[in-house]
Amino acid sequence: MSIGYISRRLLHLALILFGVSVIVFLMLRMIPGDPAQLLLGEYSSPEELARLRTQLGLDQSLLTQYWIYLSNVLQGNLGNSIRTNAPVAGEIWVRLIATLELSLAAMLIATFFGVAAGVISAIRQHSLWDYLSMFFALVGVSMPIFWLGLMLIYFLSVKYPVLPMMGRIAMGLEEVPVSTGLIVIDAVIAGNFTAFASALKHLILPSLTLATIPMAIVARITRSSMLEVINKDYIRTARAKGMSEAVVILRHALRNAFLPVITVLGLNMGILMGGAVLTETIFSWPGLGRYVVDSLMGRDYAAVQGCILIFAAMMTVINLAVDLVYGFLDPRIRVND
Amino acid sequence: MKKWLIALILVLFMWPFVAFSGEKPAAKGTLIWGRGGDSVNLDLAQATDGESIKAGIQILENLVIFNKDTMDVEPQLAESWTVSKNGLTWTFKLRKGIKFHDGEPFNAKAVYDSFARIIDKNHPLHGYGKWRYLSLSLKQVSKIDIIDDYTIALITKKPYAPLLNNLALWLCPILSPKAMEEYKDQIGQHPVGTGPFKFVKWVKDDQIILERNADYWGEKAHVNKLVLKSIPEPSSRLMALQSGAVDIADDLDPDSIKLVEKNPELSTIKRPSVNVGYLALNTEKPYLKDIRVRKALNHAIDKDTLIKAVFQGLAVPAKNPFAPSIWSYNDKIKPYDYNPAKAKKLLKEAGFDLKQELTLWAMPVSRVYMPDPVKTAELIQAYFSAIGVKAKIVRMDWGAYLKKTANGEHDMCMLGWLGGNADPDNFLYGLLSSDTAKTPGASNVSLWKNAEFTALCKKAQKTFKKTERTELYMKAQEIFHEEAPWIPLAHTTIVRCYNKKLKNVPLRPNGLNSFQMVVKD
Repeated sequence: MSIGYISRRLLHLALILFGVSVIVFLMLRMIPGDPAQLLLGEYSSPEELARLRTQLGLDQSLLTQYWIYLSNVLQGNLGNSIRTNAPVAGEIWVRLIATLELSLAAMLIATFFGVAAGVISAIRQHSLWDYLSMFFALVGVSMPIFWLGLMLIYFLSVKYPVLPMMGRIAMGLEEVPVSTGLIVIDAVIAGNFTAFASALKHLILPSLTLATIPMAIVARITRSSMLEVINKDYIRTARAKGMSEAVVILRHALRNAFLPVITVLGLNMGILMGGAVLTETIFSWPGLGRYVVDSLMGRDYAAVQGCILIFAAMMTVINLAVDLVYGFLDPRIRVND
Repeated sequence: MKKWLIALILVLFMWPFVAFSGEKPAAKGTLIWGRGGDSVNLDLAQATDGESIKAGIQILENLVIFNKDTMDVEPQLAESWTVSKNGLTWTFKLRKGIKFHDGEPFNAKAVYDSFARIIDKNHPLHGYGKWRYLSLSLKQVSKIDIIDDYTIALITKKPYAPLLNNLALWLCPILSPKAMEEYKDQIGQHPVGTGPFKFVKWVKDDQIILERNADYWGEKAHVNKLVLKSIPEPSSRLMALQSGAVDIADDLDPDSIKLVEKNPELSTIKRPSVNVGYLALNTEKPYLKDIRVRKALNHAIDKDTLIKAVFQGLAVPAKNPFAPSIWSYNDKIKPYDYNPAKAKKLLKEAGFDLKQELTLWAMPVSRVYMPDPVKTAELIQAYFSAIGVKAKIVRMDWGAYLKKTANGEHDMCMLGWLGGNADPDNFLYGLLSSDTAKTPGASNVSLWKNAEFTALCKKAQKTFKKTERTELYMKAQEIFHEEAPWIPLAHTTIVRCYNKKLKNVPLRPNGLNSFQMVVKD
């Protein structure tokens, strides 16, 4: 796991981002729909359209447009939004952090409950618990997120109002000083426990909704992977050495069974970050998923390009992290320089 | 005598209550307003989307404004105005003693800067914005003169009566000159106006927080805070209203509205809007050139059923190009009745080739004036097929749709208009005159060119007496009806759903209101 390996991977990242920027740039301009026309809507004179196109730089050649874009990006400027005039980087940042908070919470839930259910199912194979958890895992995988979210709101916010149904924090508590952007953590840093409790309560329903599918997948993968490992010789040896069952399961079996689970978790984190749009919509969560969709609908080129670049960067970094964790879990896969 | 004494005692006893009830209640509470999306730009001179306008008009004000219930123009920041004899100079007397939210004084200079930045390329603030819909705002204004601190004159290129309605539209707001200089192209993210609410904070895609302007010149807001929440999913919006998480929910679907009506804690107000949804018939296509064919198609559609089935009852059938809530609506016109037999007869007379397949362009997005365009198109297709006319539904991306229909590439296309400045000129001249029927970029997508109709519209633009303008527009609507370049479909009903804890919830026919009069118990 040398510095050389990591820096090579980071170089790949740069190449990938360059490729992604070209592809996204071209694809956006290939889909029909003129941003100026979409902005002006039903009632626009040709002069107004032409003026707006010039202002937006859409009348220049594709190459020129890309060149301007690329030189801006290299200077850390992702451009300004066509719709709001505001710099895209700032617009993306506030939403990215909201999505990150939601995805991390969902990931924690999915990992903790998914792994726990998987392990217990495996060590108590064919028990009632095994059947129950695998039944719920099957239900979870096939659950329409939209329906689940609305049902949770209906029962836990409307009928028996115990949890909030929208936003990230209760009204009037918004003024938590920002250090990470993750409100739950910011509130702890600021020592404001009312805000912490409120932020946590706001997280429960959306993160539970978002976690359902990955939780079910993780549970199933953990179970099958554990079942494979648990009958291996080294587990028998570990038991023969007189180790406690907990140590056998957690240190010897789970660690070895974890490789496929880590792969799935890594993939899921990427999917959660990009695919939270449904959950964000139902729970009015001000995240990036909704922003990408709105921007795409409005052909807000700079905004979409910025989002995709950031998604691509994150996916690459997550993949790199997964590869590094592999090495940590199983020294045999460590990369040689 | 005794009666008098009792009456006197009663009056004396009641006096404190009467006097007390006459006092304005103190502001209290936070009004939370759930809506379908976030605003984009709160500098309304640059705004093109409804959500920006809804929020922006709480903060910014104009020289003149529409009445809160009707679309008649009333004074707002201007006290009064006059138009010169030649119809070219509009002089506005401004209210005195008004301050912007940043403490700057409101005066003629502020009006000058707010308007000149839009139309004058040499104005220092011009480069900080993308000025949209110029034709709906100040396109006709060629010069702005500051006469004194509280008098300003707008000089137009030609006599242009609809200017007053344009000035009442969101596109002509007055902002603090200091703030416009300070925030430059970001003024839309930090609006500073004179309105009943001040801008406090904007959490993108989540909420916009406004607070009561305690120094407001008019009726001060009755709530301390106004929060505009973005709740994109309509079912979530309904549940937010039911659970009390929001006080007002906009843009609910008809099924949700029915649930709100049944709920004893919730209430609705409904009002016919100023919009129109229509099917434009391309009069330049050989098969649709014949007026008899266009009339036949008008007779083919049962609008009552269409409204029941697709609009779920939340609309009224249209017969004219604009809604009855707009002045000069010609109610004497008899609508084309649903009569398939007559339609067939007319087609036969015109020698229409029934083998010919016409394209029927269906909008890919739903709009207030066309909530379910695909279903509408399918129903229309079925009605046409019942008189033997084959129609093929065409769908494409919204941007391409607008561009191609403005090029006249369709046989028939669905479109609509939200109502703009609620001046008949906006509909008749804007959507139906020969001047706007030029491709590419026609806003008259039926490409109908009628010299008499256009002349009437142009004459009305130069006429400043409302009664005279009314006569001209009445006549124009008759010509429109006779020539049938459109099938006017419906004017939708707008609905606002709210919690009964609120009093005085307003609803203008264009759905745009400032909320200072709303009281929350």
